[in-house]
Amino acid sequence: MSDWELVIGLEIHAQLATRSKIFSGAATAYGAAPNTQASLVDLAYPGVLPVLNAEAVRMAVKFGLAIGATVAPRSVFARKNYFYPDLPKGYQISQYELPVVQRGSLTVLLDDGTLKQVGITRAHLEEDAGKSLHEGLGQSSGIDLNRAGTPLLEIVSEPDLRSAKEAVAYMKKLHTLVRYLEICDGNMQEGSFRCDANVSVRRRGSAKYGTRVEIKNLNSFRFVEKAIQYEAARQIELIEGGGTVVQETRLYDSDKDETRSMRSKEEANDYRYFPDPDLLPLEIDAPFVAEVRASLPELPDEKSARFVRDYGLSAYDAGVLCASRELGAYYEAVVAALGAAHAKLAANWVMGELASALNRDGLEIDASRVAPAGLAQLLARIVDDTISGKIAKEVFEAMWSEGLAADAIIESKGLKQITDAGAIESVIDAVIAANPRQLADYRAGKDKLFGFFVGQAMKATGGKANPAQLNEILKRKLGGA
Amino acid sequence: MLHTLSIGELAAKLAGREISSVEITRHFLARIERLNGRLNAVITLTAEQALAAAAQADRRLAAGERGKLLGIPLIHKDIFCTDGVRTSCGSRMLDNFVAPYDATVVERLKAAGAVMLGKANMDEFAMGSSNETSYYGPVKNPWDETKVPGGSSGGSAAAVAARLAPFSTGTDTGGSIRQPAALTGVTGIKPTYGRVSRYGMIAFASSLDQAGVFAVSAADAAAALEAMSGFDPRDSTSVDTPVPDYSAGLDAPLKGLKIGLLREFFEGLEARNQALIEAALAVYTGLGAETVEVSLPHLPLSVPTYYVVAPAECSSNLSRFDGVRFGYRCDSPRDLTDLYERSRGEGFGAEVKRRIMTGTYVLSAGYFDAYYLKAQKVRRLITDDFKAAFARADLVLCPTTPTPAFGIGAKVDDPVTMYLNDIYTIGANLAGLPAMSLPCGFIDGLPMGLQLIGPHFAEQRLLNAAHQYQQATDWHRHGPHGFV
Amino acid sequence: MTLKRQDVEKIAHLARLSISDTEMPAYVSSLSRIVEFVDALSRAPTEGVEPMAHPLDGQRQRLRPDAVTEADHHDKYQRNAPSVQAGLYLVPRVIE
Repeated sequence: MSDWELVIGLEIHAQLATRSKIFSGAATAYGAAPNTQASLVDLAYPGVLPVLNAEAVRMAVKFGLAIGATVAPRSVFARKNYFYPDLPKGYQISQYELPVVQRGSLTVLLDDGTLKQVGITRAHLEEDAGKSLHEGLGQSSGIDLNRAGTPLLEIVSEPDLRSAKEAVAYMKKLHTLVRYLEICDGNMQEGSFRCDANVSVRRRGSAKYGTRVEIKNLNSFRFVEKAIQYEAARQIELIEGGGTVVQETRLYDSDKDETRSMRSKEEANDYRYFPDPDLLPLEIDAPFVAEVRASLPELPDEKSARFVRDYGLSAYDAGVLCASRELGAYYEAVVAALGAAHAKLAANWVMGELASALNRDGLEIDASRVAPAGLAQLLARIVDDTISGKIAKEVFEAMWSEGLAADAIIESKGLKQITDAGAIESVIDAVIAANPRQLADYRAGKDKLFGFFVGQAMKATGGKANPAQLNEILKRKLGGA
Repeated sequence: MLHTLSIGELAAKLAGREISSVEITRHFLARIERLNGRLNAVITLTAEQALAAAAQADRRLAAGERGKLLGIPLIHKDIFCTDGVRTSCGSRMLDNFVAPYDATVVERLKAAGAVMLGKANMDEFAMGSSNETSYYGPVKNPWDETKVPGGSSGGSAAAVAARLAPFSTGTDTGGSIRQPAALTGVTGIKPTYGRVSRYGMIAFASSLDQAGVFAVSAADAAAALEAMSGFDPRDSTSVDTPVPDYSAGLDAPLKGLKIGLLREFFEGLEARNQALIEAALAVYTGLGAETVEVSLPHLPLSVPTYYVVAPAECSSNLSRFDGVRFGYRCDSPRDLTDLYERSRGEGFGAEVKRRIMTGTYVLSAGYFDAYYLKAQKVRRLITDDFKAAFARADLVLCPTTPTPAFGIGAKVDDPVTMYLNDIYTIGANLAGLPAMSLPCGFIDGLPMGLQLIGPHFAEQRLLNAAHQYQQATDWHRHGPHGFV
Repeated sequence: MTLKRQDVEKIAHLARLSISDTEMPAYVSSLSRIVEFVDALSRAPTEGVEPMAHPLDGQRQRLRPDAVTEADHHDKYQRNAPSVQAGLYLVPRVIE
């Protein structure tokens, strides 16, 4: 691999979270019975005409501002002509020469901790196609046009990405951003956020791009990574074996973990783009842009920088906590209740225990069984030495499964930490008395046995002894004092 | 003789309760049944719905409601979608198509109380200048049944000429109202692009298509156009400006009206046609109008421009006819491509296929700049010429067609000869201008039309000028023998 | 410019129109006539001229509020469909 450099550009299709379609008043809800959300416009009935959804425009502008792009004062809808059963008009309304969002960028944190700026060439508004279904219909395919006309923002990156991991990091960052902006629900299983990847390889140091291959419809981060890796390896092997890469469209097969040529798309496409005469130029004036700008939420990069600055978090931790608006809000609610002095403790818990519990139960942060105030109460008990961190994990599990408050669980289960020095001393005395041989060995220089005594003493207190106190007293007693 | 009365006269009788809408409707339905066989102007008769609508109009009249069109029958060009009624667009492709909704034009006229008698024959998908491309066979000109009525709204024009209805709707993409109006001796108006909603009007060329009306006189056309016009939020190209009371402006004097005479239009004009235009000009100067010379230097390019722009748009507009959701589907398709190619190949007629292919060609890679983009640039030059002309003149006067109606079958072999028939009408579509044709005399016993073209939204001025002409002349009162 | 048979075949396929062998010569000649006719445009000087896509100047796209205004009428809409099963429009099997 080291002789070769990958050159990757992504085209992301984000379904915009509008209530109605981009050119019709039909609903966009997912999962409805076939064709029950296909209006006359979506069905391309003779005589019907498109009228543009204001919210789709607003969302595109939001996105443009969030990536520091130019919001075009005038953009034009064009028709992309081709025949396919999921495309009822025989053309897709898209934007071609003059897209609504032009030239922006996104800063991505890479695995090695460096930041990379990825160029975004353009983002344009267009309509989604319907779906073809092939199961149980014999020699036929069935066409469901519920999805036809759902607004899409197609976000096209520059060929700035140099590895599958970079591509995924960029895509994740974009995924975070569109959800922050509340312009896309980001649901990849339902196809709300999809990716096509343009992949080519070139010898390191070469200024010229290799022939690129487009991989279609990658609907998970993992597939994007695996498909790019597979495709790059295929291209390298091909070239090294004396072959040449053909410019084509390939489909990633996740079952076989390979890409294969889409013969159906091989036919020379001639889309015959021209301005859609049914739609007038989209004009976006400065006051509208200003209004949208004022409505923007705090963006992930801004929030992450603030977490580093105000809470002393590492850039990595801040990035994780800002991965979604909801997670960031949860974290900040915990910090608000607990006090900023303990922001790091809060960060560890949100990213640790809470995240793994959510993950285990397949829940989103919004559906957490422990609310921020509840978690803050638990952490406050660590801070005030009522319980140890270890006991706190036990309490957290109980809070999660029983839905009770931390204090109630500590109380009812008697988990309150023993901080009475006298009580700890008497436990230690008993442990030492019961293990004379180990005591002798320890005093003879077997330091490792210290841990044995800690374990025995903890066991005897049911784990409730304050660990720092216990260590200190034990050390003194074992030393013979 | 109800069919010789104007819309205004019929409305007065309805208002005076001298006659009912049901009686008027029966009269026209009977005329269609008796005379349509000779003309083939009406391809779908909706007698039952018409009588129900007429009865409804009578109830509204009885309740004291009055309206210029309340209870007045009409025929719609079969390009307008009519809920529950076959809407064929003159094509085998839509022979079995029942529209599930009303076009805005249909809805508005219904709301005004007009009574639809049926749907008019037309060139297939409005592509033609002679009504010979219809799947339902050619329409015959009531003045001479061996002649074409013009097209594409030939059925609508012939129906009004033969007084099968007091008025009818049409559409005009390159002259499809004005040319048949001229060739059948009726009054037809194509308003400004955006004046009448295109929603529910099956698209031919979206940036050129505009709905309008045929009637016996400008006064009748004014009443009908007023009801059809107005802003429609369902059409992005519909213009949101108020609709004037067209009827109220008809009687304004023409003194001082500046009529532009186009140099280019008179080049090569046949002498008898020129004589008719000069006679019309004399009428206008007699009415106090002044003439100014104007020039549209790029006008000779209007026909080639049109035959790039219109096919380009049509090639894309007609892609939705694919045999999947509605319309004709070929028998036992082998695969998807076969389904598309045969459904479209068999469902569309030759002229439609020719235009789809022309349009596909001019938009395709390597030809886009030389044809489509070039045509869009020339379109601007032509539009700018008109702007300059209207800086000097209030309206422009010229012939509607180079010749009177030609024989059925005479021009079918050469598309370009047929296209050149639109030479005087296409400019107004390219520039989106309102234009109308009104009867101005005869050549060889066949009617000829005088065309008035105005600046954007000058419909009232056109109707006023036309009405004043019709007060001073009686060409519009002539009707074809055997029908009137 | 004259079109050849292969040109017309290519266009016909792009436009998904079956043209029979017997019809083909007539299309080749009439389309050639049309293309020659519109070639007149090439003589017009259009340097610096802005292409015109819409007949009215100064019009801008109107926006509609984001509201669901359409109810389910798929039964009615599918009455025009040649082949439907379980609410789906049927086409010959699509191979991907």
